Amino acid sequence: MTNPAHEAIKADIDANDVVLFMKGTSTMPQCGFSSTVASILNYMEVPYKDVNVLADEGVRNGIKEFSDWPTIPQLYVKGEFVGGCDIIKEMVLSGELDTTFENGGVAFNKAASDKIREQNA
Amino acid sequence: MAMQAVEIESLIKEAFPTANVIIEDLRGDGDHYAATVVASEFAGKNRVQQHQMVYAALKGRMGGELHALALTTKTPE
Repeated sequence: MTNPAHEAIKADIDANDVVLFMKGTSTMPQCGFSSTVASILNYMEVPYKDVNVLADEGVRNGIKEFSDWPTIPQLYVKGEFVGGCDIIKEMVLSGELDTTFENGGVAFNKAASDKIREQNA
Repeated sequence: MAMQAVEIESLIKEAFPTANVIIEDLRGDGDHYAATVVASEFAGKNRVQQHQMVYAALKGRMGGELHALALTTKTPE
């Protein structure tokens, strides 16, 4: 890897169990898709690092190549790319997101994710 | 630059000739679409890989001229 942005991305996903590459921040998202994923994580009380791609053009383009994924947001758990907005929405409703966090040893509020499923049943 | 629904459909069909493709223009603005792609080629692939296959079919337009495409991928029953 010679792209410095890729190295910065790798450092973030190695150092943090859960990383969300997004437009804006966890408390101030600047795009609807980023906001959706951040809201899910916030609601589930998942500790995560938010990386604002709007603050760094290198990371904004670099993350797309790094993951071979053309859009933002992008969620990483334990160094693995999990998906973007559509996939995360599907996974929270199917319960797979809970499993991903459980397998990764990531703490989250199970009652909250159950409530998301109840309200979207 | 927005894309026409037929253009999206034909690119996907080109890569997945036997797929069932449904495109919905969510806001009627030619910029926010939802696509459901049911293709046998997805068998044995995880969701991320399935979506990557569709993005590859769109030849770099996703995230560029195609701003928003909510994607659902499935294998045939």
